[in-house]
Amino acid sequence: MGKKKNATPEQLQYQELEKKHEMKRPVVKNCIKAFLVGGFICFIGQAVSYFYIYFFNFTEQTSGNPTVATMVFFSMLLTGFGVYDHIGQFAGAGSAVPVTGFGNSVISAAMEHRSEGFILGVGGNMFKLAGSVILFGVFSAFIVALIKTLLIRWGVI
Amino acid sequence: MLIGKQSWAFPNKPVIAATGVSGGPFEANGNLAEDFDILHDDLWMGEESYEKAHRVLMEEAAQTALEKGNIQKEDVQFFIAGDLINQITPTSLAARTIQLPYFGIFGACSTSMEGLALASFIINYQGAKYILTGASSHNAAAEKQFRYPTEYGGQKPPTAQWTVTGGGAALLRANENEKGVIVTTSATIGKVIDMGLTDPFNMGGAMAPAAVDTIMAHFKDTNRDPSYYDLIVTGDLARIGRETTLELLQKNGLNIERDKFQDCGLMIYKEDQPVQAGASGAGCSAAVLYGHLLNQMKQGVYKKILVVATGALLSPLTFQQGESIPCIAHAVSIEMDE
Repeated sequence: MGKKKNATPEQLQYQELEKKHEMKRPVVKNCIKAFLVGGFICFIGQAVSYFYIYFFNFTEQTSGNPTVATMVFFSMLLTGFGVYDHIGQFAGAGSAVPVTGFGNSVISAAMEHRSEGFILGVGGNMFKLAGSVILFGVFSAFIVALIKTLLIRWGVI
Repeated sequence: MLIGKQSWAFPNKPVIAATGVSGGPFEANGNLAEDFDILHDDLWMGEESYEKAHRVLMEEAAQTALEKGNIQKEDVQFFIAGDLINQITPTSLAARTIQLPYFGIFGACSTSMEGLALASFIINYQGAKYILTGASSHNAAAEKQFRYPTEYGGQKPPTAQWTVTGGGAALLRANENEKGVIVTTSATIGKVIDMGLTDPFNMGGAMAPAAVDTIMAHFKDTNRDPSYYDLIVTGDLARIGRETTLELLQKNGLNIERDKFQDCGLMIYKEDQPVQAGASGAGCSAAVLYGHLLNQMKQGVYKKILVVATGALLSPLTFQQGESIPCIAHAVSIEMDE
């Protein structure tokens, strides 16, 4: 909160007064809802994963990719039918953190900008929310992998 | 006529001759559905984009006001309106359809009263015989520009507000010594107030000081006190903004009874609609005033009201660059002239 530094006493006084009237986020309730919904999404993901292991030639190591694809497909359907945003309002992080939330951020942006055409609209805006997840996800994976490589080379692990 | 520091009196009492109000599906399920002239059951309204649907809202409100006022478009001199979207294109495109000399104005959600104040001033001084003024907003178009895609599953905090899909337009005309008509009698133009709030999910809290500043200025300039009005109604302060404003007004020595101080953002929807703190948007005050409140005045529920429309003048860019939210409020007093 760097901005608070420059606030005048009058502003600070008002902000204090205003704060009283703000409704607080129900953090505990939100956490419980997020835990249950997020857990349920992961439960479905686990079921899908077993489905690929038992009915197709996948192993525990290789079933990840088709599972993610399937979950994103479900998320796409729910987003397209206008359900996922309601789940999101209810579950918060519970539906945002799993891969379905990532799918929702891509698909909702693609749908939103269809009216501006496929190149500049869908193409240009599809990753406007997910782009930073991809960028910083890949970047942090790179850093972690780098540390691991160095540690192995130095014989620490 | 300038009175005090920042207010106008309209001694010739411009008449609000007719109004038109359009709305979307969420408003159709709301509290004031009967007060809308046109309600759509689909956010797209048969158009290819939300922005085009937004244009339709303004067009329909304007056309309805003209029809109900029983006046040909050729007799109207000016169209003064605005909305929230970049470069106010929905309104400008509506002005392309309406084909009237056009002032495009931007005051965010205070646009409705900015337009009504300007229109009243021009009519009061014979600058025009008829003026059409209004404002509109579209929930999905505003979300798209200011927040996230419509179908994005982000969780909104309880302080967030729901942008109204709706438009309201009023046809003003010069008063020919009539009685029993609804007139505007004064207006107070607000200045930009910024109390350093930065949360775009809490507009009511940011706008409250602007509302207080304009209300205080209005009573000082006009030498009136709150008892002069049957109702003081703000545009879209919603729950937090209304409570904060009431407390601030009291601190400033202005005592207003709670039930005489209402907010359009708390009137338009039902309790059980998932709008968090309440409604917002340029169309909020326009639709509620030009629909519900004027109907109530015609029924004699209120004789004198003061409408204070509040606006948060931020853009997604200023927010991302860490600017706090600049806010404004304009007030117009509307009376049943008897």
